[in-house]
Amino acid sequence: MELITLRGIEKTYQMGDIAVPVLKGISLAIRQGELVALTGSSGSGKSTLMNILGCLDRPSAGEYWLEGQEVSQLSADERALLRNRKLGFVFQSFNLLARTSAIENVAMPLSYGAEHLSEREARERAAEMLSRVGLADRLDHHPAQLSGGQQQRVAIARALINRPPVLFADEPTGNLDSKTSEEVLQMFERLHTEDHITIIMVTHDPKVAGHANRVIRMDDGVIQGDAPPAAESKPKTTAGAP
Amino acid sequence: MMMYTTARTAFRTLRRNPMRAMLTTLGIVIGVGAVIAMMEIGAGASGALKKTIASMGANVLVIRPGTASSGGVSFGAGTTTTLTPEDCQAILRECPAVRNAAPMVRARTQVVYGNRNWVPNAIYGTTPAYLDVQDWSILAEGEPFNDRDVLNGNRVCILGQSLVRELFDGESAVGKEIRIKNIAFRVVGVLSPKGANMMGFDQDDVILAPWTTIKYRVTGASASTANQSASVASDSVNTLSNLYPTAQRSLYPERSAVQQANNPMPVRFANIDQIMLAANSSAEIPLAIEQISGVLRERHRIRADAPDDFNLRDMAELTRTLSTTTKLMTNLLLAVAMISLVVGGVGIMNIMLVSVTERTREIGLRMAVGARGRDILRQFLVEAVVLCLTGGAMGIVLGHGGSLLVRFLLKWPVETSPAAIATAVLVSAGVGIIFGFYPAWKASRLDPIEALRYE
Ligand SMILES: Nc1ncnc2c1ncn2[C@@H]1O[C@H](COP(=O)(O)OP(=O)(O)OP(=O)(O)O)[C@@H](O)[C@H]1O
Ligand SMILES: [Mg+2]
Repeated sequence: MELITLRGIEKTYQMGDIAVPVLKGISLAIRQGELVALTGSSGSGKSTLMNILGCLDRPSAGEYWLEGQEVSQLSADERALLRNRKLGFVFQSFNLLARTSAIENVAMPLSYGAEHLSEREARERAAEMLSRVGLADRLDHHPAQLSGGQQQRVAIARALINRPPVLFADEPTGNLDSKTSEEVLQMFERLHTEDHITIIMVTHDPKVAGHANRVIRMDDGVIQGDAPPAAESKPKTTAGAP
Repeated sequence: MMMYTTARTAFRTLRRNPMRAMLTTLGIVIGVGAVIAMMEIGAGASGALKKTIASMGANVLVIRPGTASSGGVSFGAGTTTTLTPEDCQAILRECPAVRNAAPMVRARTQVVYGNRNWVPNAIYGTTPAYLDVQDWSILAEGEPFNDRDVLNGNRVCILGQSLVRELFDGESAVGKEIRIKNIAFRVVGVLSPKGANMMGFDQDDVILAPWTTIKYRVTGASASTANQSASVASDSVNTLSNLYPTAQRSLYPERSAVQQANNPMPVRFANIDQIMLAANSSAEIPLAIEQISGVLRERHRIRADAPDDFNLRDMAELTRTLSTTTKLMTNLLLAVAMISLVVGGVGIMNIMLVSVTERTREIGLRMAVGARGRDILRQFLVEAVVLCLTGGAMGIVLGHGGSLLVRFLLKWPVETSPAAIATAVLVSAGVGIIFGFYPAWKASRLDPIEALRYE
């Protein structure tokens, strides 16, 4: 089943009198359970596309179908609800609340959900999420007391607290060294294989893209290539390391 | 449930920066403290004022005879002689808005006991109803004279506290005999202390006696001649007075018995100096005035277009003026306190704006995980209200402590008012909502993408 379908998505920013087209007709289908890497040069519009996919932004033109629902024309409140229930976000800079324990960070999205869990249920669910990302013994640590990789895993737990079918990650390893990047990527792979969560991540790093089972290459607002990682990353690595 | 979580989050956020929260809310603390102190002290003052007014005899009306004039020459207020004790009875009978009424005649003359003497402020001849009208029914000692004493013109009297002090040196006066213009009066009771009234008039410096006695034995004339003493009539009635020489000599030669038999003095109908009445309540005073005017105009046969031959005055005017004055003062101080609350509110708004800017990324993140604009609005609004309510609670403690201090150090009357506390809570929550709204609204209008990108 198609989880996400984009048809002719365009995004144009208006800078005063000048119209800046950033996305120029993107059509795309992503199926349930895929692990997709989105690559491309800087300024090619990856983040812009991710924001539209993540329902943080609305396209200027085109259709966006998510789980059989056209979402590009939804109101801000409807999109907020959608983000809460169906979409998870992981950011490059973690974006954890400072001076707030890991467990409270993870439980935070629950307070905006329609479920209205009790304080205790929310904590239980957050603790369960944290133990799934391997931080069962760090529940009451504040972000400042955690390593970068641990912080990013807290962020992943937070993104998954409402059990969304899709997880978006904009350069999730951008602020991490290669060893902790690997930790986070293994986390993604596990979520992908064990829980069949669809993951879409933006990355510059071919090695990171190598973990995906599909790589989409963007250039100047259009899709340049769409293939499994071998075909995509091999010519790059051979070209990059003569 | 949702509100509770939001309030908890707000508390947690404020605890992260307790010093700043404290300083932010200081304006509210001072404002609410001032409001509480003002309201408690104001309530105490107006309570004390109410007591004073009540001691003056609340709901009291006074009727005095009007101005007589002849050939364009006015003789001054109280010079007509048309007011009678019968008027008083008619008013009691025919005016349902009047609770009680007492006729009064006044005299001012020397009082003697043993080797002491004193001229009291006033000697009032009246009926027992006077005590009821003046809210003075509870005596310090003894019994009031009764209606039969009034009918018979008995020589009994009730003394005010000042007289007991001056004539009896604080000893019990009941049962003793005093002399008023050489007429012996038996003291049957002593009035409870009332103190000075608002004009500085010592209300305890009075003697009350049956009006018949004062009228026919002491003054024998209307109040306008009260001080000119020594009426012929009183001498002839009071045989005792022959034992002592009268203080003032009569200007005219005394009439012999023959002269009197040949040429009897015309019997004057008894006019009185004033009637004191109490209305059922201060609300019924205008009604009472209307009814009394009707009755008196009819009894005095005043034509529809002619002016009244009496003056009707109510104390309510005075008490109203006084209570408006204190109310005005309290409101003025309250206004000052309100200004301080507004200043405090501006402080709250300022810090909330800073806080919104500081936490732009947090707002973006919350929106990204599903917070709607109104969730953000509520969060910041609740934060501002929690801040203000905390300040308000501290202000209540501070203000109440302040008013207690005033009570103990300055001995001012202070009344704890739950209304003030409720007002303070409402006002501080209101300030939080009013001044927290703009920052919260600004936060709720942020674009999640831009907020997340904010450095
Ligand atoms: N709010 C905006 N207003 C105007 N132009 C914008 C806005 N946001 C992005 N752009 C432009 O859109 C283009 C694509 O930006 P985007 O952030 O999507 O690039 P990217 O592919 O994510 O780059 P990077 O790899 O460096 O993160 C850029 O040229 C940028 O200047
Ligand atoms: Mg980007």
